[in-house]
Amino acid sequence: MTQVPPPMAMLAELTHRCPLSCPYCSNPLELEARSRELTTEQWLRVFREAADLGVLQLHLSGGEPATRRDLVDLVKGAREAGLYTNLITSGIGLTRARLDELDAAGLDHIQLSLQGMDAETADRIGGYRGGFERKMQVAGWIKDIGFPLTLNCVLHRQNLHQLPRAIEMAVEMGARRIEVAIVQFYGWAMLNRNALMPTREQAREAEMIVAEARERLKGTLVIDFVPADYHGDYPKRCMNGWGSVGLNITPEGTVLPCHAAQTIKHLEFWSVADRSLSEVWYDSPAFNAYRGTDWMKEPCRSCEHKLKDLGGCRCQALAISGDPAAADPVCVKSPDHGKLQEMAMQFSDGESDELTYRTPA
Amino acid sequence: MIADGAIPIVPRGVRLHQDRARNRWVLLAPEKTIALDQIGYAILSEVDNRSEFGEIVSRLASKYEAPVEQIRPDVAGFINTLAARRILEVI
Ligand code: SF4
Ligand code: SF4
Repeated sequence: MTQVPPPMAMLAELTHRCPLSCPYCSNPLELEARSRELTTEQWLRVFREAADLGVLQLHLSGGEPATRRDLVDLVKGAREAGLYTNLITSGIGLTRARLDELDAAGLDHIQLSLQGMDAETADRIGGYRGGFERKMQVAGWIKDIGFPLTLNCVLHRQNLHQLPRAIEMAVEMGARRIEVAIVQFYGWAMLNRNALMPTREQAREAEMIVAEARERLKGTLVIDFVPADYHGDYPKRCMNGWGSVGLNITPEGTVLPCHAAQTIKHLEFWSVADRSLSEVWYDSPAFNAYRGTDWMKEPCRSCEHKLKDLGGCRCQALAISGDPAAADPVCVKSPDHGKLQEMAMQFSDGESDELTYRTPA
Repeated sequence: MIADGAIPIVPRGVRLHQDRARNRWVLLAPEKTIALDQIGYAILSEVDNRSEFGEIVSRLASKYEAPVEQIRPDVAGFINTLAARRILEVI
């Protein structure tokens, strides 16, 4: 194996607790209880170890990170360690006073999630009455204080038509960036696939809207768009390569190469509760399992694209083909490519729009 | 091109950082890390949110003993590329 580079980015899932209950939440179906969460001291140690290891960017996520009472101390500690600190939040649980404290603690950037572009849709999708109004208030405070802001919006069949409005809102809120991603199907979203999968036409229309807005808003708003990979021909590089750029830490300290990695049951994950982050990154079986290309089977093994996409997503290969070392079924060379396309088609025809909400942690 | 009197700004949320693990300088920005080569680092070290573009170019020219006319387009290109990505601002 070639030498393993140090990680660049770390996503810390501070907690699974969240006042919202989005039906596409990327948290696992089995949520961690508060009593198992890492303590303030443990997180601060992990932040210092991360910075020493080479991590530059830290994403504080959840659940809703604002449900951690020690959020301000965590941000302060992360900045002292030298990390670029980004808060990924729904806004619920942030007050003006708390935002001022986060400002003083050195928080670098806020990423605010939108569930829908009007109160009716947003509160229905997020399963939280009054959430939209609160979020708009928080957005106002963020603008007042001057935090750089990115809006973040998961698009699916029930809110895709509001994409132009999302882009307008980003401009109104003074956001520098908006990230729009078509819903990915694992965890809670998989339970809701019949109600969430967009049609191919919708996905294509979204691409056109984005292309037009990018041109029109050049220099004002950067639009990052993650298209629906179910409708593509080749997979995306997942996590920029397994165990090569980023890592995730769950609320109780398990270190994952990607947030869905625990769906691969035979992998052995290590925790920062009893090991150093560096040991986990370089030596844990889960991180080494799919590094490089040695683990590949056909068609990837002899494919000319293998260094480009690294065989795509391991979790998707497992979910559709039953084997995490298979080619990502998004790939036209995968024997299950047809099956995946057909599944996508069937889901988007789902008759019902009824949602199954995630449960509280 | 950038007017000589315009002022390049490193906005809030963007900072120059010494990446010790990789022995280089980087620009940290929302969701982005931009590795800087020596030239990029030299340019950004002169951007102090006060100096005008013309002053920055002449300081770089004397520091690296290069003609102003030769380096002006390179410095402008570098700044404009980052500004289009909303990583720098020019006011
Ligand atoms: S996706 Fe929704 S429910 Fe899940 S953590 Fe984010 S805001 Fe909470
Ligand atoms: S066969 Fe494997 S390596 Fe080749 S394009 Fe498909 S997923 Fe990528």
